[in-house]
Amino acid sequence: MQKLIGISNVKKQYSKSKIALDGIDLEIPVGKIIGLLGPNGSGKTTFMKMLAGIARPTEGKIYIDGQEPGVYTKSIVSYLPDQNQLFKWMKVQDAVAFYTDFFQDFEMEKAKELLTRFEIGNKERVTSLSKGTVEKLNLILCLSRKAKLYVLDEPLGGVDPVARDQIIDMILDHFHEDCTMIISTHIVSEMERLFDEVLFLQRGKIVLGGNAEELRLQRAKSIDAVYREVFAQC
Amino acid sequence: MKPIFNDHTPIYLQIMTHIKKQIVVHILQPGDKLPSVRELSKNLEVNPNTVQRAYQELEREEITYTQRGMGTFVTDIEEKLHMLKKEMAKDLITNFIQQMKSIGFVEDELAEIIAVFIKKNKE
Repeated sequence: MQKLIGISNVKKQYSKSKIALDGIDLEIPVGKIIGLLGPNGSGKTTFMKMLAGIARPTEGKIYIDGQEPGVYTKSIVSYLPDQNQLFKWMKVQDAVAFYTDFFQDFEMEKAKELLTRFEIGNKERVTSLSKGTVEKLNLILCLSRKAKLYVLDEPLGGVDPVARDQIIDMILDHFHEDCTMIISTHIVSEMERLFDEVLFLQRGKIVLGGNAEELRLQRAKSIDAVYREVFAQC
Repeated sequence: MKPIFNDHTPIYLQIMTHIKKQIVVHILQPGDKLPSVRELSKNLEVNPNTVQRAYQELEREEITYTQRGMGTFVTDIEEKLHMLKKEMAKDLITNFIQQMKSIGFVEDELAEIIAVFIKKNKE
């Protein structure tokens, strides 16, 4: 299977005592949805920031589509941060224009269609939107890029159950066989049916990983139950 | 119809069973086209690769066949469909026997229990 991401011995140390990632080795193929699971502070966000090219490893190498994170990888990686990064002065239409300017692969028509579907008005100010709507807006912008890699940090963060279904729908709608998605979550039960593979991250290390269906078969448990088992020990 | 899946057994197996059931009760007729992978994936809210795997396995079991560019279809080989029904019955019975044993019955009692039960139901 074609490889999209190669990671070898990646470490990230923020300070002497704060090690966010502690020796990650990983290969991720094209055409899969990977679930990145772990409690708060396990290193998920740091890991995703590195893939997005906005944090650098202290040690080790990351290759995305054969290149180290930089200008090229940023053009093929679409990143959904774990918190809103749109400017306060922006209206929805400004955010769309911003993405159009920054990303060549941004499909404005697609974004407009999704905004209409989710009833998010063009003239509304980002600051006037509810938390859930801001999250939807950010996801719409992220998925309207025709990227090779989507890195979604907690896409279900603060949304209600109905919006959750809509977001899962939106993710499924945009997934296709030539892209890869990495999605972090701690709401495992809601998302586990989306994952081909899961990675369990604990204190900066991958403590368990593999095919989601094989894990279910081996352990006769849901991924959610496996998660609870793995992280109850710490 | 949206089947309710559990998450503690592989989902592709559950999708297979779901489709097999539809075939056995003739919701899906011989020669009928199955929904596309994408369609079913959205419908069930599962990863399209999982649906794809279920379809591959169904094809391997010769319950369905794929026509390039056209889609996946239910086999029209009578024999296969007949066998499918038998196999599903076998699974249910095996499961039943296991469950009954687990609450303390022995195999020899089972036939009679069922016979009595059916008779009562008819009255």
